[in-house]
Amino acid sequence: MSGMANSTDTATVAPAPPRARATTGRRGNTLLRHVLIATVVGVVVVIATYQIEPFRNYQLATIGAYLCVLPGLILLTGFTGQISLGHGALMAAGAYTVALTPDLPFLFSLLAGVLVATVLGAVIGVAAARLHGPYLAGATLAVAVSVPAVTTTFDGLFGGDAGLTFAVSPAPASLGAYFPFERWQAWITLLGAAVVMLLLANLVRSRFGRTLRAVRDDEVAASLAGIHVGRVRVLAFVLSAAGAGLGGGMFALLAQSVSPGAYGLTLSLNLMLAIVLGGLGGLRGAVWGAIVLVALQPLADWATSGLDADPALQQRLEGTLPLAIFGAALIVVMTTAPGGLDALVTRALRRLRGARRSDPAAR
Amino acid sequence: MAPLLEVENLTCGYGPVEVLRNVSLSVERGSVLAVLGANGAGKTTLLRTLSGLIRPTAGRIVFDGADVRGVAVEKLVRRGIAHVPEGRGVVAELTVDENLRLGGLWRRDRADAQAALAEVYELFEPLARRRRSVGHQLSGGERQMLSVGRALVARPSLLLLDEPSLGLAPRVTAQILALLAQRCESTGLTVLLVEQNVRSALSIADHGVVLSVGEVAMSAPAARLKDDDDLRHAYLGF
Amino acid sequence: MDRFLFLTMDGVTRGTIYAAFALALVLIWRGTRVVNFAQGAMAVATVYIAYSVSGATGSYWLGFASALVGAALLGAVIELVVARRVHDAPPLNAIVVAIGLVLFLQAVLGMIYTNEYLAFPAPFSQNAVFAGVSPYDVFVFGVVVALLGVLTWLFTRTPLGLRMRASAFAPEVSRLLGVDVALMRTLGWVLAAVVGSLAALLVIPTELGLHPTAMDDVFVAAFTAAVVGGLDSPAGAVLGGLIVGVLLSYVGGYVRSDATPLAVLGLLVVVLLVRPGGLFAVPSARRV
Repeated sequence: MSGMANSTDTATVAPAPPRARATTGRRGNTLLRHVLIATVVGVVVVIATYQIEPFRNYQLATIGAYLCVLPGLILLTGFTGQISLGHGALMAAGAYTVALTPDLPFLFSLLAGVLVATVLGAVIGVAAARLHGPYLAGATLAVAVSVPAVTTTFDGLFGGDAGLTFAVSPAPASLGAYFPFERWQAWITLLGAAVVMLLLANLVRSRFGRTLRAVRDDEVAASLAGIHVGRVRVLAFVLSAAGAGLGGGMFALLAQSVSPGAYGLTLSLNLMLAIVLGGLGGLRGAVWGAIVLVALQPLADWATSGLDADPALQQRLEGTLPLAIFGAALIVVMTTAPGGLDALVTRALRRLRGARRSDPAAR
Repeated sequence: MAPLLEVENLTCGYGPVEVLRNVSLSVERGSVLAVLGANGAGKTTLLRTLSGLIRPTAGRIVFDGADVRGVAVEKLVRRGIAHVPEGRGVVAELTVDENLRLGGLWRRDRADAQAALAEVYELFEPLARRRRSVGHQLSGGERQMLSVGRALVARPSLLLLDEPSLGLAPRVTAQILALLAQRCESTGLTVLLVEQNVRSALSIADHGVVLSVGEVAMSAPAARLKDDDDLRHAYLGF
Repeated sequence: MDRFLFLTMDGVTRGTIYAAFALALVLIWRGTRVVNFAQGAMAVATVYIAYSVSGATGSYWLGFASALVGAALLGAVIELVVARRVHDAPPLNAIVVAIGLVLFLQAVLGMIYTNEYLAFPAPFSQNAVFAGVSPYDVFVFGVVVALLGVLTWLFTRTPLGLRMRASAFAPEVSRLLGVDVALMRTLGWVLAAVVGSLAALLVIPTELGLHPTAMDDVFVAAFTAAVVGGLDSPAGAVLGGLIVGVLLSYVGGYVRSDATPLAVLGLLVVVLLVRPGGLFAVPSARRV
C-alpha cells in the first residue's frame, strides 16, 4: 500500500521543477499506474498474510482499518486545512451501523455504515465549512465528547455504555477449512484500505486535488479564481466522513462488538495524532500514521517489560507510556518537523541517494 | 556636534527582496528631516528598520553615538527613539487616556511621565476633551494627534513619523504639523518625517532626502528642494 | 417549583465555574489568538498537585494554594517552551501542539496517579441548607465573584493590565511603546493557567472524582460558554458560562443527565451558525 501513494508525494512537492516535469509525462496513465502498484502491493501483502501468525495478521488488519480513515483525514486537514477532532464520532456511526445490521451481508452493512457516516459528515461539514481554525476544532471536539452521551441517551438502540456485540460470518469455506479468521479480517480491511487509497490518490492528482490545495493555501485567492470555497470544504469533509464510516465498520468487524469507549475522544485525538506524525503533506503519511498507531503499544510494552520495575508500576506504564510518547512526539514534530515521519523518511532517502550520487565524483 | 542619527549603507529587505540598498543619511540634532518618495520607495521600511522592527542585512545605525542595530524594539524607545507608525497605530480598543498613558508606562520617573501627559493634553487640546473616548470613536485627525501625542509622552529625542498626512484633510495635517514644529522649536526635538505629500513635509523640514526604489536619489536642504523645479519634476513628480 | 429553584441555583453555581474556565480560554485567546485546548489537562494536573499536597499535609487550603502556584509555573513553562514556538504558525499547529500537551499531561498523570477516580472532597458541605444552596455553592460563588473582581481591577486599573490589554490588541504598536509583549504573553498564560486551575479546583469535587480526563467535558462546556459570549469578551464569557450552566442544569434535571453533552453540542452549533461572533457581538464584527 505504501508504494501506491508515491505519486501523491510528487504532487505535493510540485514546486521542485525537475520532479514536477518528470511526473507530467506520466500524467495520462495515473490511474493505471496506481492500479498496478496496488495490485503488486496487494499480491505481496496476501502472500505475507500466509506467512505470519494470527496475532500479526490481526495487527495488519488494524493497520488496514486505520488506513480506511486516515487518508480521508489527511485530505481534509493536509489538503484543505480543516481541523477535525471529531472523526472518532463518524467512525462510531459506521461501526454502530454495522453492529445494528448483523443480518445483512457484511458488505452491505459496511456500505450502510459508510452511508450513515457520510450523511452525518455532510451535516457536520455544512456547519463546519463556515468555521475556521479553533472554532471548527472546538465544534468537532464537542461532537467527539458527545458519543457516549448519544449511546447512553438512546441506550435502547445502542446498548448504552456496554455497547453491542454481534457475530461476523467466518471466511468463505472455499478458502479452506482452517483459514484463520484473523487472516480473513486482514484481507477485508486491507482491501477496504486499498480502495480508499486508490480513490483518493487519483482524486488528489486530479483537478479537484489542485482545487483543494488552492483553498488551503489562500482562501481569498481561491475564491477570486472562481473556486466555490465553501463547497470544496464541505466535499472534503464528506469524503473524509465516508472514509471514517468505512474505518468504523472495519473496527466493528475486528472487535465484533462496539462500545462508546472505543470511539470516544481518545480515538479522535489518536487519529489527529496519526496524521500529524505520519505527515500531512501527502496520502503516504496515512501509512506511517497507521503503522505508528498500531506499533507503538507493543513497542512500549516491550520497553516497559525491559525496565526492571515492579509489576504495579509496569502495568501503569503500559497504558500510559505510549500516550506520553505520542503527546511529546506531537509537540516535537509540530514545533520542529511539521512534515512528519513521511518528510523525515523522504529527506533521509534523498540524502542517501545524494550521497550515493556524489560518491563516484569523489573518486 | 555629531548628528543625532547617522545611517550608513543600510541594506535590508524581506527574504530575497531588497527593499533598501546602501541608504545613508544623517539627522542633525533639533532638525526635521523629510524622507520623500513615491509609493514603494522603501520609506516605511526605512522607519521600521530604524525602530528595530526589521533587522537590516548590512549597514550601521548610529543613534546618539551608539550603534543601535539589533537592539530590541521595546528597548529603543527607552533610548529615545519614538516611532509613530503608518496608519496611526492607535489601539482602537483603548481610551484616549489609556493610549497616552501607555506611551509613558516604561518610564521610571512617574511624576515626569505624568507631567509629559499633561503637556500633551495641553498641546493637543481636542484630545483633552475626549479623554474617555475609545480609539475607534475618534476622527482621523484626533487619531493622528493621539499617536503623535502618545509618542511625545515618552519624551523622545528622535521622533519617527510615518505619513502623518495619510487620509487627513490638508487643513488638519497642516494644523498637526504646525503644532509639531512649534514643539520642535521649544524642546529641540529631532524629527524624521516620512511623507508622500511633499508640500506639507517640506513646509516644516530643514532637509530632504528623496528615496527612489530603495536608494537615496538625492539629498538637499528643504529650501532647495522646494525651489528647484527640475529636481521636483524629476524626483517628486509635481 | 422547588425543583425549578433547585435546578436554577445549581445551574448558576456550575455556570460560575464554567464562566471562570471560559475566562481562562478568553485570556489566552485575546493575548495570542490561540484557543488553548490543553487548558483542561493543565487544570487537572494542578488539581492533582492539590490532591498530593492535601494528602500529605492534611490541609485542603495548603493543597489549594499549591495548585495555584503550580498552575502559574506550568503556564509559564508551557508558554516559554512550547506555545511560543507556534505563535506565528497557522492555527492548525497551535491546536495540534495543544492536543499533544493534552495527551502528554494526561498520560503522565495516569503514570503517577493511575487512571482510577480519586476522591477530591470539597472543603464545605455540598448538602443544600437553604433554597437549594449548599455552603459549598456559596464558597464557589464567592471565589468566582472575587476572581472576577480581581481580574477586572487588574485589567482596568493597573499599569500591568493596561500593558497586557495593549499587547493583546496591538502587539506591534505596544512594542514600539516599550511594552515587552513577549513577557505579557507569558504572563497571560500564567494568569489563564491560574484561573483555569481555580475553576478545576472548584468543579472537581462536584464531579465523579479526580481523573486525568475529568475536565474534558468541562472544557467543551467552557469553550461553548466562551463562544456564546464571544471569544474576545471577558464579560461575554461570564454570561456565556451562566447560560451554559443553567441550560445544562435544566437538561440534566428535566430531560436526562446523560444528554447534557448533546445539549452543549446543540447550543454550540446553533450559536456558531447563527451568531458566530457570540450573542453579544456586533453582527459581522469578525469572521470565524
